[in-house]
Amino acid sequence: MSGFHGHSQPPAMAVLDQLLRQYVEYMESLRRESILDDQFTQLQKLQDESNPDFIDEVITLFFQDSERLICSMGTALAKRNVDYKQVDDDVHQLKGSSSSIGAARVKNLCVFFRDCCEAKNLEKCYRCLQEVQQECVLLKNKLNTLFMLQKQIVAAGGSIPVD
Amino acid sequence: MSNQGVATDGTSSKAGEVKISEESKSLQGGKKLSVLIVDDDQLIQMMHVALVKASGVDAEILIAENGEVAVDLCRSGKSFDLILMDKHMPIMDGVRATRELRKMGVKSMIIGVTACSMDYEVKPFIEAGLNECYQKPLDPEMTKSILAKLSKGN
Repeated sequence: MSGFHGHSQPPAMAVLDQLLRQYVEYMESLRRESILDDQFTQLQKLQDESNPDFIDEVITLFFQDSERLICSMGTALAKRNVDYKQVDDDVHQLKGSSSSIGAARVKNLCVFFRDCCEAKNLEKCYRCLQEVQQECVLLKNKLNTLFMLQKQIVAAGGSIPVD
Repeated sequence: MSNQGVATDGTSSKAGEVKISEESKSLQGGKKLSVLIVDDDQLIQMMHVALVKASGVDAEILIAENGEVAVDLCRSGKSFDLILMDKHMPIMDGVRATRELRKMGVKSMIIGVTACSMDYEVKPFIEAGLNECYQKPLDPEMTKSILAKLSKGN
C-alpha cells in the first residue's frame, strides 16, 4: 500500500488516532474547566445498545428544561413584588438537573444563586441569572463540539472512549 | 387515581400521571423487584430508570410525577420493594408523601433522593420515614448499594 512502510500506520488509522487524541484532550479540558464533572462519564456509561440515544435524549431534555426555568426565573425577578421562593424553586430544580448531567459550573452557580434568593438580593439574583444563561450557552456549545468529535470517531470506524 | 390507559408493554402511559417503563434485562432469576420512581423532573425519571436497568436487576419500574400519585398508587393496592422519592415536587412533596405512606403502613424501602444538601432541609425528610437519603445525582455505585441492601433485607 502506498505510504505504508510497516512502521507507520495506514492513513485511516492515523486519522482515527488523531481524533481519539483530540477527543480525550477535549474531555480533559472540559473537566479542567469544571464545565463537566465525573457525573457526565457516569451518564455515558448508561448508554448502550438497548439505550443508544440515552445521552442525546437526556441532554436535549436538560436544555429544554433549563431554557424554561431561566425564562421563569426572569419573569419572577421582573415582577414588582419578587417571589423569591418561586425563583429559588426554579434554581433548585436547575441545580438538580445540572448536577445529574455533570454540568458542574451550572450547578455551582445555582448554589450561589440560591444564597442570593435567600438573601432577597435582587441585583445579585439578576447577575446570577445572567451568568447561568451564559454558562448554559457555553455548555451547549462545548457539548456540540464533543458530540461532533464523537460522530467523527464513529464515522472513522472507532468507538467513543469512556473512562 | 387509577391505572387506566397504562399498557402492559411498558410504553404508553396515562397522561401526566403514571408511566410504566420497559422491563429491565433479566438477571439470574429470583423475584422481580418492583420499583417506584417518584420525581416531577422527566430528566431525573429517565436517569433513575436507566440506573436501575443498568444495575442488572430484573425489575418492573413505575414512575409517579408527584407524591400524591405515589400515595394513590399504594392506596390502590400496588406494593413496591423500592421507592425512590424526590423531595421537592408540586401537589405533594416527598416529605408529605413519605409520611403518608408510612402512616398507611407501607413497608417498602423508601430512599430519598434530593438536590438538597443542608441538614435542616434533609432532616425532616429522613424523619418522615425514609430508610436512607442520598444527594442527587444518584450514580451506579449508589444504586447498586441500595439494591444490595434491598436484597439483603428480602
